[in-house]
Amino acid sequence: MRILCFGIAREIAGGPGLQLDGIVGKSVRELRMALMREFPGFADLTDFAVARNEVYATDEEIIAAGDEVVIIPPVSGG
Amino acid sequence: MDEFSGTIDVALSDHPLELDTCYRFVQHPSCGGLCLFVGTIRDLNLGHTVTHLEFDAYDGMAIKEMRKLALAARDTFDLQAVSLHHRKGDLEIGDVAVIIAVSSVHRAAAFAGCEWIIDELKKTVPIWKKEFREDGSHWLNARP
Repeated sequence: MRILCFGIAREIAGGPGLQLDGIVGKSVRELRMALMREFPGFADLTDFAVARNEVYATDEEIIAAGDEVVIIPPVSGG
Repeated sequence: MDEFSGTIDVALSDHPLELDTCYRFVQHPSCGGLCLFVGTIRDLNLGHTVTHLEFDAYDGMAIKEMRKLALAARDTFDLQAVSLHHRKGDLEIGDVAVIIAVSSVHRAAAFAGCEWIIDELKKTVPIWKKEFREDGSHWLNARP
């Protein structure tokens, strides 16, 4: 699955998105663990959230095929 | 036209923000208090000289989150109208990053609602600033 990245996540991924396979049907918690395993830079962040279809996802939510999944590093707007 | 028409105005723009647009949106004959907050790019952060900033945004979700905040503020503080505009792209020192305008019958609600919106925006809206200094650059809040 293609996962979109913004802010510092784009630098960790080396581009505007990253490929992570085998996550459909897994929880957001499992996705976060897999991300930190495959891209250790994510473990160095203060924290990061995951958005599913433009809404913040809880750790318990399950990733479905066709979801727009986005990594949300700590925000700093304003 | 949707449920927000006339009371909620949210924008995320590549172009300079216009204070007058936000001000005019929230004006209303029943309101005796209008509060405007303008966030600008300053030249010093934590003792370091800042040269410019880059704003990245997840546009679709940022707009949705801004709309949620504007609506929650309107209903919680009993505001007449809320205008919330945010910039993205490259900004120079002195440029306007965000404008919040709110109106209410009396001033207390306008002050409180305006402050609440900027505080929450900084926590939840998916927009990111990269700060460029004379000695390098970094994404704010990203690392401990």
